[in-house]
Amino acid sequence: MMHLTRHPIDVADVLAEVKGPERGGTCVFVGTVRNDGDVTGIEYSAYEAMALTEIERILGEAQAQWPDSRVILQHRLGLIPVGDASIAIGAAAPHRDDAFAVCRFVIEAVKKRLPIWKKEHHSDGTTAWVDPAGKPVAHGP
Amino acid sequence: MGKVSVRFFARYAELAGCTWSAVNVETPTTVAAVIARVREVFPGTKGLPPQPLAALNERQARLDAAVNDGDEVALLPPLSGG
Repeated sequence: MMHLTRHPIDVADVLAEVKGPERGGTCVFVGTVRNDGDVTGIEYSAYEAMALTEIERILGEAQAQWPDSRVILQHRLGLIPVGDASIAIGAAAPHRDDAFAVCRFVIEAVKKRLPIWKKEHHSDGTTAWVDPAGKPVAHGP
Repeated sequence: MGKVSVRFFARYAELAGCTWSAVNVETPTTVAAVIARVREVFPGTKGLPPQPLAALNERQARLDAAVNDGDEVALLPPLSGG
C-alpha cells in the first residue's frame, strides 16, 4: 500500500492489509476534514521524501514494540473536501488492548513527526495555513 | 566554500518565494549558520521564527547539527499532519 496518496482513501483496503486469522482485535482510526466555520476543504502538502522515511520509521517502531501486531497507515495529500478522510490507520493484534495501543502510538507519532502541512480553503475563496493547535497563522487569497 | 541545498515548505516557501535553492557557505558549518545565511539571501525569510524546526538530509535536526558540502537543509513550519 502506498503510504502517501492523492486519491480518496478506502478504509477497506487498510483493513485488508492488517487482518489475519491470528489477530483477533482490529482498530481503525480515520481522520476526516472537519467543517470549522466556513471551511470547504483542506489542502495537505508534504516534504514527501522525508515523510515516507518517517512513516517507515514509525511503523518499524510500532512493530518492534508490539511484535505480534500489524499496522499500516495511509495519508492523503492535495485538496481534500470536508468529510473526506485525510488519514487512515489500521492496527490489528491478537487482543484488543494491543490493537488500541499500537493505533494510538502511530497517530500520535504522525502528529509529532510527519512533515505535512494544512492549508484551509474557505467558502469566500480565502486560504489560511493552520498551526498544530488548529489556529490559522496566515491568510492569503 | 561549500554549497548546501535549502528547501522551503508550506508557509515558509511563500515567505522565501521559492521551494528550493542552494546557498554558498563555509563548510563544515551548522544548521543555524545555514539559516542565518538564508535570512540574508531571502529577505522574506526574516519572518521565520528565531529557531525554526529544521531537517538535515531528510531527518529532523538540532540547530547545532553539523552541515557539510552537498547536504540538504529543510526549513519546516510547525507540523500539522493527520
